[in-house]
Amino acid sequence: MLEIKNLEAGVDGKTILNGIDLSINAGEVHAIMGPNGSGKSTLAQVLAGREGYDITAGSVNYNGQDLLELGPEERVHEGFFLAFQYPVEIPGVNTTYFLRAAVNAVREHHGKEELDAVGFLKLMREKIELLELDESLLKRSVNEGFSGGEKKRAEILQMALLDPKFAVLDETDSGLDIDALKIVANGVNQLRRKDNAQLVITHYQRLLDYIVPDHVHVLVDGRIVKSGTKELALELEERGYDWITAVQAA
Amino acid sequence: MSSESEVIDQYVEQEYKWGFYTDVEADTLPPGLDENVIRHISAKKEEPEWLLEWRLKAFRHWQTMKEPCWPQAKYEPIDYQAISYYSAPGAKDKDRPKSLDEVDPKLLETYDKLGVPLHERERLAGVAVDAVFDSVSVGTTHQEELAKHGVIFCSFSEAVRDHPELIQKYLGSVVPYTDNFFATLNSAVFSDGSFVYIPKGVRCPLELSTYFRINAAETGQFERTLIVADEGSHVSYLEGCTAPMRDENQLHAAVVELVALGDAEIKYSTVQNWYPGDEDGNGGIYNFVTKRGVCRGARSKISWTQVETGSAITWKYPSVILRGEESVGEFYSVALANLAQQADTGTKMIHLGKNTRSTIISKGISAGKGQNSYRGLVQMGKNATGARNFTQCDSLLIGSRCGAHTFPYIEVKNPTAKVEHEATTSKIGEDQIFYCNARGIETQDAVNMIVNGFCKEVFSELPMEFAMEAQALMDVSLEGSVG
Ligand SMILES: Nc1ncnc2c1ncn2[C@@H]1O[C@H](COP(=O)(O)OP(=O)(O)O)[C@@H](O)[C@H]1O
Ligand SMILES: [Mg+2]
Repeated sequence: MLEIKNLEAGVDGKTILNGIDLSINAGEVHAIMGPNGSGKSTLAQVLAGREGYDITAGSVNYNGQDLLELGPEERVHEGFFLAFQYPVEIPGVNTTYFLRAAVNAVREHHGKEELDAVGFLKLMREKIELLELDESLLKRSVNEGFSGGEKKRAEILQMALLDPKFAVLDETDSGLDIDALKIVANGVNQLRRKDNAQLVITHYQRLLDYIVPDHVHVLVDGRIVKSGTKELALELEERGYDWITAVQAA
Repeated sequence: MSSESEVIDQYVEQEYKWGFYTDVEADTLPPGLDENVIRHISAKKEEPEWLLEWRLKAFRHWQTMKEPCWPQAKYEPIDYQAISYYSAPGAKDKDRPKSLDEVDPKLLETYDKLGVPLHERERLAGVAVDAVFDSVSVGTTHQEELAKHGVIFCSFSEAVRDHPELIQKYLGSVVPYTDNFFATLNSAVFSDGSFVYIPKGVRCPLELSTYFRINAAETGQFERTLIVADEGSHVSYLEGCTAPMRDENQLHAAVVELVALGDAEIKYSTVQNWYPGDEDGNGGIYNFVTKRGVCRGARSKISWTQVETGSAITWKYPSVILRGEESVGEFYSVALANLAQQADTGTKMIHLGKNTRSTIISKGISAGKGQNSYRGLVQMGKNATGARNFTQCDSLLIGSRCGAHTFPYIEVKNPTAKVEHEATTSKIGEDQIFYCNARGIETQDAVNMIVNGFCKEVFSELPMEFAMEAQALMDVSLEGSVG
């Protein structure tokens, strides 16, 4: 489904991603772990098509398409989704209106008719129940005044509405208490199918108790330095990132 | 990282859809301004002597005045002798059409193209339209139906002919001919416009609307609108305007006077879409307009709503003089300055009576190289016991080459009066656009969504028929604004 080869990217001449290789198949969940500043969010943003990063080498093949050639909204139309580490506030734009615009933009791309307000509300009610979100939140402006946890849950609500083929979750667990974490993980797990895949970025092992990955990769200084199964995450938790860096240096 | 500006600064090209020209025979005065021109205009309109005298007094006064230089706008000096002060469609020797059936089909077509059909079959339901083409009104719809309710809605020229007592009583009563440079010029040379009178206790059964179209080159448009709402009456009025695309600037100096007697209510909405010029500042309309209303009677109300998307330069400050006790003034404004547009707009709320109230909501949007200024005066007179004003003034910036400025003036002479002022400035960030993109929403749609969200408090004040139109107009005016 997604094949990243030797991806190098940076900002203003500073290299952040140092040659990433990663291959993800349909039906799989991969986790990327790594210390702060190792380039996890940069990888997520580059995959999502954020402007401003210079891609100096490598390729990303997504279901036979050159992902890097697509505009950010085109990637979404093709089933790509990113749950932001820091969701953006958009004052004045009603959340329900925004979500409907997003859903209809994707539907339009697939030649489906627009959902009207009533049809959309029905769809949305199903999904907010799944995430135990308060409906009143959706009457407010996009992310404005949402608590940290509400923002993260709203990201997953958007994921549920857009039903992506490939989703990247960037530290969706940070800022969540344990109950909220379970709700979010449950939401994500319910979206898991044989024909889609997820890349879960996290700093802590904790999330992986609830979203169980098939593969775990450790990112340090913009490079995947170790890959393994979910046991790797436990080992990391126990021994810390220093252990990896020490192994590296040796 | 490529800065926000790079993404957003391409926010400039825009297509002006109303920029066509209608090729009709016209009776146009050669450029130039002197007393003979004024006599000529007055004679064309077969005006009574007192009106000619009024025009001449204004003209003589104007010659002693200097063009104002305080607004936040830069432009080449205007050569008032290079402008033609009168242009009417139709040959010189032909009479003005007596009804819409006699109007030149080319003119009717023009209004069709502008989306304001005048023919009986296609007229907008619930809206009566007075169509002003260059210096004259070409026709007014729904007049018979309005007459049944005693409502007068006609061109200014007709009003001078058919209702001289009302004109003589109210003309210049709110904006005297000595008021300011452009209003004084208008008083001397005004050509046509609309007149509305709503009798006592009548709720006008239709929306009234005037559509102004500048067509001829090198002419100025100087229309004059007068609305009188008698005691306990109610009227909602809307004006719209467009002009062809031309490289030279054209002057539009209008005057609008509103009079609300006791318990009367006037709601005046404007969707201003004059040609804005190009991104280098070539061409476009200079929109120098004086709009003022007076709440003469107790509990009367005047509400201005304006959506200003066009014009190269806009100076306008629709104001309310709150004379009657407990009278209410409102000003809701969206002003867009895109391309090289300069907008200097705001309001004056003059509180004279007890317990008068006013609300000002101003939303300024700057994009491209646009410069947007809010200028507002709130004055609490010494007798304005218990008067209140609330002002909210928000600016939205799109890109990094535009500017927003705020000039609030507050004068309080009564210690019990309360004035509240809030202001915010925000910017459409590259992160907001990217967030929308990352949800499948294209950049232009994202900008429109954010801008419309910013404006919705004001759009919701427009009559329903026009709220959608205003939103669509805003979308078009922002088109191509993001790369
Ligand atoms: N837009 C940017 N401009 C400058 N430096 C950046 C930018 N984005 C990321 N970086 C730098 O790249 C490194 C990796 O950041 P990031 O990808 O956010 O790491 P992580 O998500 O793993 O904590 C950090 O040193 C960060 O400061
Ligand atoms: Mg991060």
